[in-house]
Amino acid sequence: METAFTPLQSLSGGVLIGLAAVLLMAVMGRVMGATGILAGVMSPSDRSDFAWRAAAVLGMVSGPAAVWAMTGALPAVQVPVSTPMLLVGGFVVGVGVTYGSGCTSGHGVCGMARLSPRSIAATLTFMVTTFATVFVVRHVVGG
Amino acid sequence: MRILASYLIGLVFGVGISISGMANPAKVLNFFDLFGTWDPSLAFVMGGAVVTAFIGYRYALKRPKPILEGRFQLPTRRDLDRPLILGSATFGVGWGIAGFCPGGAIPALGTGRTEVVLFMAALLAGILTAKTLQRRRASRLAAT
Repeated sequence: METAFTPLQSLSGGVLIGLAAVLLMAVMGRVMGATGILAGVMSPSDRSDFAWRAAAVLGMVSGPAAVWAMTGALPAVQVPVSTPMLLVGGFVVGVGVTYGSGCTSGHGVCGMARLSPRSIAATLTFMVTTFATVFVVRHVVGG
Repeated sequence: MRILASYLIGLVFGVGISISGMANPAKVLNFFDLFGTWDPSLAFVMGGAVVTAFIGYRYALKRPKPILEGRFQLPTRRDLDRPLILGSATFGVGWGIAGFCPGGAIPALGTGRTEVVLFMAALLAGILTAKTLQRRRASRLAAT
């Protein structure tokens, strides 16, 4: 499935993601990682932590509605993979981000911006295995 | 106040993810498909986000403490250990299979698409399974 190259939209989206990370640091003193926020909602260490994390998740989920209010269209979600692949992929992502202590937002954005050696190593590692996996799925198995 | 601020910050993140294309698995997978239908857009997402956070953190961390909290809570570890590398490698495999990462899927939930709900359910099951295994290992190590 072809997708259009959208450098300006993607860059402005990226700047907003970075801005959200900066705001969370300035206001709450925390790194903005989807994994950490999600895991915190699932097993809250204390109730005040649960509340702000749940509110952040709700805010994230409201993103598409806000885009719809501004532009009149929901953001595109095209899923070019089968349901079994979604389920297997989702489970594998869940295990990986738990052991790896983070994902694209936590390691890839916040950790890279802090020049954390752990996050740089994690980001390089998952970028390589994602490239390799897509290559195998699309050109070796599916080719 | 903390709840309202967190909601609004989550909203900024959700809007950013939505317009960037990170909530769209077709676009994400095409970024990684160098030898097929390659779409380099995601490099602009990462670039924009990392540069913004890099500059913004300098200012945010100059304050003695965050606006609504008593102190900054920053990850302090710098060592590279096996769980970090193997876990990240595993995450990449799952991301390449499904096309969603956690930060892309949470905002995508707001489109109401069934596929996102299925991915999120599997993601939560994976997190819970790994957390249970980690806890068991920790209590086994503590017992010996």
